[in-house]
Amino acid sequence: MINFLKFRWLYILISAVVIGAGLFSIVKWGFRYSIDFTGGSNFEFQTNKVIEKNQLLKVLDQNKISMVSLKLENKNILLRTKVLDQKQESLLKKDLETKLKIKITVLRSETVGPILGKEAIGKTLIASILAVIGILIYMSFAFKGFNFAFAAILAMFHDLLVVIGTYSLLSHFFGAEVDMMFVTAVLTTMSFSVHDTIIIFDKIREYHQEQGTLEMESASNQALTETMVRSLNNSMTIIFMLLALTMMGGSTIRFFILTLLIGTITGTYSSPFVATPILVWLEKKRKK
Amino acid sequence: MKLIKTIFIAAILLGLIWVDLPENIKTKYKVPNKIDFNIFGLNIKKEFNTKLGLDLKGGSNLVFEADTSKVKKEDLTDALNSARDVIERRVNFFGVTEPQIQTVKSGDVYRLSVDLPGISNYEEAIKLIGQTAQLTFKELGQTDAKIATTTPIFLQLTKETGLSGIHINKSTIEFDSQTGKPQVGLKFNKQGTDLFAQITKRNIGKPVGIFLDNMPLTTPVVQTEILDGSAVITGNFTTDEAKKLTIAINSGALPLPIKLVGQKNIGPTLGDIEVKKSVYAGAIGLIMVLLFMIIYYGRLGLIASLALIIYGLISLFIFKAIPVVLTLPGVAGFILSIGMAVDANILIFERIKEELRAGKNFDIAVRLGFGRAIDAIKDANITTLIVAFILFNPLNWEFLPQFGMVKGFALTLAIGVATSLFTGVVITKRLINIFYKTR
Repeated sequence: MINFLKFRWLYILISAVVIGAGLFSIVKWGFRYSIDFTGGSNFEFQTNKVIEKNQLLKVLDQNKISMVSLKLENKNILLRTKVLDQKQESLLKKDLETKLKIKITVLRSETVGPILGKEAIGKTLIASILAVIGILIYMSFAFKGFNFAFAAILAMFHDLLVVIGTYSLLSHFFGAEVDMMFVTAVLTTMSFSVHDTIIIFDKIREYHQEQGTLEMESASNQALTETMVRSLNNSMTIIFMLLALTMMGGSTIRFFILTLLIGTITGTYSSPFVATPILVWLEKKRKK
Repeated sequence: MKLIKTIFIAAILLGLIWVDLPENIKTKYKVPNKIDFNIFGLNIKKEFNTKLGLDLKGGSNLVFEADTSKVKKEDLTDALNSARDVIERRVNFFGVTEPQIQTVKSGDVYRLSVDLPGISNYEEAIKLIGQTAQLTFKELGQTDAKIATTTPIFLQLTKETGLSGIHINKSTIEFDSQTGKPQVGLKFNKQGTDLFAQITKRNIGKPVGIFLDNMPLTTPVVQTEILDGSAVITGNFTTDEAKKLTIAINSGALPLPIKLVGQKNIGPTLGDIEVKKSVYAGAIGLIMVLLFMIIYYGRLGLIASLALIIYGLISLFIFKAIPVVLTLPGVAGFILSIGMAVDANILIFERIKEELRAGKNFDIAVRLGFGRAIDAIKDANITTLIVAFILFNPLNWEFLPQFGMVKGFALTLAIGVATSLFTGVVITKRLINIFYKTR
């Protein structure tokens, strides 16, 4: 048996560093929001020949289009603007084609009014809160005690902070945008985190009940020792899957998969090293 | 008895594989992907196709906001429903297969979300759908002679005649016999015919205007009284414009004006590349997972891999049978559920190993290990199902997500988790009993 709980200060330190870096990034740089949240228009055009940025900018200017960002990649134009209506969009496309003498294929075009995204995030938030309450109730019944549920939820919030914080870093350094896919990834992380924690708690409960006199701490240590291999193996399999998708999958889902990857890692980490110490601490407090 | 059981299982397995076969790969032997037969007088008909969402297949999602200010509160539901029907008819005329049109309420705002899979010419579609297509006929109003000479004719046509789009039975595209120019022919219903006869009678020598959404289309001068209930809209139409106008008139007028507030259009090529790359990557990831399991757990790993493949076949079967529209978040939900399915197997194996280490014999170890592992698997999966249930929002509550992305994620996650509970409990156990017992 390995005394995992002896190193709880180390776990706190690791979590504090990761979450601290994330929070720092959130405060300092914030996020880049996709048009899902800010409203606006996104275009991805493919042209039949490479064009120059200056020419493109000139046409945008002539059409009085307020550009937010522009990226030229080989023959692809990635353009983000304030909300354009249908008429402005077709005019711009036609104008670009005639003035730059190119042919445009629209790969993607999105326009979102500013209200839609805010509503979506609000509703998702309510759903998440309900989900948390649901988990609390179910776990309190299943584990016959509120502390198990509470510790699992706290670990889930830990993972939430890790994912959101790292995404802010990704956002700042690599241009990842907060969009509906990110929201989905966060939701995935939340359910994975609780799922993983329950597996370990189940083992702790078993040792604690079977060997009635056993202290929560040593029951936990024993459980952690026995489940460590399965935790690592299991996360390995998910990480294999996600790594393959991150490196070879399509570009539109790259940040999404990366977020899932981070979520899986922290979700696995938090079960033995965040949720379990919290549980032991809560139980100790209760006994006193 | 045992033989019958084996045959039965083999038949189910073959059935699963048959349904799961990719439908777009051309093979030498054509494999049908639908059932259509009669049994005990019942006609059983079912087609199995993978349905890809807009983000994978390409297509458009258009969100319109309805202007409800001019509709009475008690008529609102009717108006929205009929707006949805009108849009559906227009879209069908446009040649889109399986459009999805939903009304979404949010506070006081009513929206219509229109999914047009596989469409590339979204600009035209937006124009066509958004048109209110309120056709009205107007005659000269009371104006003094001085203004009459200076203002254009259509501004003088201010008096409503009471004849409108609802009186039209059918609209067709016609070509002028002399100029060959396209024009739009109208055929009135009985009430419309009577009205039109009265209008033309009292307006001989005077102009009568046909207006679309209050814009004049044509303002011909009436020559004679028209009794046969037909009229022609001439105007400077191209064939295409004339065709769209007939579509708009035939599908009926929108009962309330709508405004485009959001649109997402994914070109078919982009989705295609993304799907190919992701499927490829997913396959490699899966092979790595299987290899890892086999290397680490040996024979048990092989069994788990087999269980995992069966799990994949069953999930795919459910996706095709319901059918579930697969979107990117949906795929994410599925990947997560694969992870959880692997987890269930690993849990079971670790438990069995534990019991073996404790010195129990194999049979008992399997039984105890299973029993214990199932507890954990059940608790973990039920919480996941709770989360999926809330996110899916089956009762379509207004304060929860009603949009496709999160719902798609929740649905595949729920199906995947439920299936993994089944494969974990039933199939892995069977497989262990079959393959492992002899040792």
